[in-house]
Amino acid sequence: MDLARLVELGKIDKNTPHPPALIGQDGVLELTQLAIKKEIKAQIILNEGLMPGMHAIGEKLSRGEVFITDMLIAARAMNVALGQLKPFFLSGEIQAKGTIVLGTVKGDLHDIGKNLVKMIMEGDGWEVKDLGTDVSEEQFVEAVNNSTDAIVGISALLTTTMLHMGSAVQRLRENNPNTKIYIGGAPVSQSFCEEIGADGYFSNPHGLARELRKAPKLLI
Amino acid sequence: MTKYFGSLAIKHPDDLIFGYAPKPVSCGQGLTIGVGQVFPEINFTLPPMLINESNWNEVLSHYHNICENVLARAEKLRVPGIVMEFEHLPPMSMKPELGAEITSLIKNYLLEFYRRTGIPNALRVTVVDLRDADHPPLLRSGQRWEQTREAFILSAVAGADILSIESVGGKEVHDQALMYSDLSGIVASLGILACRDMGWLWDEIVDICKEYDVVPGGDTACGFSNTAMQMAGQGLLPATLSALVRAASAPRSLVAYEHGAIGPSKDCAYEGPIIKAITGVPISMEGKSSCCAHFSPLGNIAGAMADLWSNESVQNIKLLSGTAPEAFLELLAYDCRLFNIAENKNESRMYRDLLVRSDLEQSPEALMLEPQTVLRIARSIAQCPNPYTQTRNAIFTAFKSLQDAVDSNQLKLPSREQTWWSKIPGLLAQIPENENEAIEYLITTYHGVFNPQAYGL
Repeated sequence: MDLARLVELGKIDKNTPHPPALIGQDGVLELTQLAIKKEIKAQIILNEGLMPGMHAIGEKLSRGEVFITDMLIAARAMNVALGQLKPFFLSGEIQAKGTIVLGTVKGDLHDIGKNLVKMIMEGDGWEVKDLGTDVSEEQFVEAVNNSTDAIVGISALLTTTMLHMGSAVQRLRENNPNTKIYIGGAPVSQSFCEEIGADGYFSNPHGLARELRKAPKLLI
Repeated sequence: MTKYFGSLAIKHPDDLIFGYAPKPVSCGQGLTIGVGQVFPEINFTLPPMLINESNWNEVLSHYHNICENVLARAEKLRVPGIVMEFEHLPPMSMKPELGAEITSLIKNYLLEFYRRTGIPNALRVTVVDLRDADHPPLLRSGQRWEQTREAFILSAVAGADILSIESVGGKEVHDQALMYSDLSGIVASLGILACRDMGWLWDEIVDICKEYDVVPGGDTACGFSNTAMQMAGQGLLPATLSALVRAASAPRSLVAYEHGAIGPSKDCAYEGPIIKAITGVPISMEGKSSCCAHFSPLGNIAGAMADLWSNESVQNIKLLSGTAPEAFLELLAYDCRLFNIAENKNESRMYRDLLVRSDLEQSPEALMLEPQTVLRIARSIAQCPNPYTQTRNAIFTAFKSLQDAVDSNQLKLPSREQTWWSKIPGLLAQIPENENEAIEYLITTYHGVFNPQAYGL
């Protein structure tokens, strides 16, 4: 079975019980190690071996054929492979997709939606800086100042906290007008996104990753 | 002092019905819940606005407006009784004096309403579990717990008649387990972590309630099984998984009653019927009339065993007929009229069965609220005192009930649900058999996600 298919199925390594049909068989870990041993270029392992698996499961999720669980299990396997490729990221042989700063706005303690976005983005090869919940405008700005090319994802679940998104967007824009800012959460909408001047709104946790896969250059 | 419910308070499905609870609760201004009538429980929140010092008067004016409008319509509709639930927003628990000010404001309206109309009423105050803000949560110590505790005390002093919470112990593990459909993690986080935290937390809450003569209402597995239900509703998780989580969450919510809560349970605790069957306490439920707050596949069946009927939450915005809270009070009032006339005309079982049947074949989650299934799950829980075993039993019993419904064609699963459902026996087989193995599993698999000391581990 090829690497992409193993990623899609979420088969981490030989010892993991998932999926039951592949118990005892090599997983993403072993095949990535083998590819590195065979001196296949790391960028090729990533682009032609691993990413097609994430794309395949992402498309199935978009078509409603699988559940987000399936995508997260794939992302978990992908992360194991990315761990093996870490030296190549550090040496510059592989270019990381980028960094995303994530957080739930000030006064809001809800985090499951943000955490879903985090797991999916990590699985898609992004470095995620998770600021947690109850994040102030200043914390968002500080995080972006530490990663100047980062994009930002802001979440809110309450009608009494969503307005903090507007002030966060404003502060981020004042700090760096080019920072791309995306929002999500139950009370927000596309029109609210436009109203506060954010760059995009996604109604589901995989929407951002999907959009960025289609048009990564939009970010630059 | 822990009370173990070793048998069911309601043993026959005919007795598991709206309006009646073997252990009624008297509270507030002349209100007794569970003696034959269903009462509306209206809940409300602010429209999109920030809460800060500069607009605090505007915040207060919303609550004045809500009370005036809701109670005026309640009087016009001649409701037989009413519960108002004031659910804190985070700043109101972070600064408990803010929550207390609004509690006092609402209570004064209710006292005046009772004096003027004689309509029985009560005020439920639900505090935010701020402990969720720390990752992993400390739970039993630290500033977040102190704030949460203070919010309970000040709410009690300010006039709350019933105190509740949506507590979060175990959620940090459950969230991850749920997203990966890790049934072993789901059962261990609910049956060990959440149950341990509930026992500790509800001892604290019940002590406060005793000191200030307030009714300890109950808790809800909202952060667990409603998270699953909402994600299933968006097509992100299997509805069958959501149904299994609902059953598995019941032992966790039961712990509040083992530690002294007496009901009414929280409205969003859809595990309420199982709790009612085991303990006999009255329950609050929400269904079709909570569509203002969220989607639910349980719109009718949720009312089949309710003693309070709630709208979950609605923003104070203007509609054509008035404000949204008063409009939703009207919906609840008419729903309750139907419950109560059915009881009055000796048609309550027929009406309950219509509520059940209208939803039953539409979703796996609805099956978890069918009276026979409720009793099956309740029995599997009550037959042993260990919370972990109770949780394990509940999920296996729920699986068997769902499998029977699938096999008999009573429940038809869409194709991707079928694919997932076929994996369930394998996942169930991996669930550790006893608590020690489950603790080992938690510590190994979720290392760093939770703080064992916060659970006394």
